[in-house]
Amino acid sequence: MTEDPRALTCYQFQTLLPELISPGTNLAAHPHIEQCPICGALLDDLESISEAARLLFPIAEPSEGVWEQIESAIEEEKGCLEPEDEEE
Amino acid sequence: MSDPRLSTHSPETAPCLVAGKAVPAAQADSSVSTDTDLPQHVLHPGETDLLARIRNGDNLAFAQLYSLHKRRIYSLCLRMVGNVSEAEDLTQEAFLQLHRKIATFRGDSAFSTWLHRLTINVVLMYLRKKGLSLLSMDEAMEPAPQGSPGRSFGALDLTLTGSIDRMALERAVSNLPAGYRIVFVLHDVEGYGHPEIASMLDCSIGNSKSQLHKARLKLRDALRTFSGNKTQR
Repeated sequence: MTEDPRALTCYQFQTLLPELISPGTNLAAHPHIEQCPICGALLDDLESISEAARLLFPIAEPSEGVWEQIESAIEEEKGCLEPEDEEE
Repeated sequence: MSDPRLSTHSPETAPCLVAGKAVPAAQADSSVSTDTDLPQHVLHPGETDLLARIRNGDNLAFAQLYSLHKRRIYSLCLRMVGNVSEAEDLTQEAFLQLHRKIATFRGDSAFSTWLHRLTINVVLMYLRKKGLSLLSMDEAMEPAPQGSPGRSFGALDLTLTGSIDRMALERAVSNLPAGYRIVFVLHDVEGYGHPEIASMLDCSIGNSKSQLHKARLKLRDALRTFSGNKTQR
């Protein structure tokens, strides 16, 4: 696309969008966005989603059963490596 | 858009789980030795000793390490697979891999970063084994050719207005096809860049960018539907 960015159609602009959107790039100043409210709204939405993603999925706690299974799997693996006559 | 946010981990002061029992972190750390040759900057306080003890076969030390990292690792798995039961299985698998591979940690990166990456690999391997494509193909998400009705060329009243409903977004992310979800979570939630994601998924950087864009478009659609349904009630 070597044309004047102002002359881009919405289709052309949106095809380029995955490449154009990147951290630190101010796409709001892109000539197409300056003159196209629809692509501007699309861009706002995509940026809002990306921003909101930071707050997604607060840290969660696994159930206690997870550790119990890890512990028993480790013991089992150890048992496979150690001689059988070793007793607690 | 934001800068990568890889180092969100902070040392936890919550009680440690030692052999299934809660033990205060400070008490659990009191008997540790200081035998390790790993650079100090890659480890959080206490981890230096824990790793040395684990390498000497100390299971209590491994329980402490689990206690320090379990929430972050489980949360990562949950974000990537969107399912509690699978996330718990994957957390288990990640820590078992950690136990087997801990001797290979050389301190080239922070321990938490290394464990994070190990976990991502466990999840990706699981999804591949499950037969899920990590690169979703969905031509419907491409912009409509000129002249035909485009999905994004609608009226302005279809855009998202104001703040995004977090619960709705979380649900929408969980419902994304695996390929889109993985790239979205790795980039927008976990803060990885496209070159790293491309390397993890064994695809091109352009592909990673395209998957991320399609994921965001799908989320936008889902959120607009959600917000439309809410207005109709």
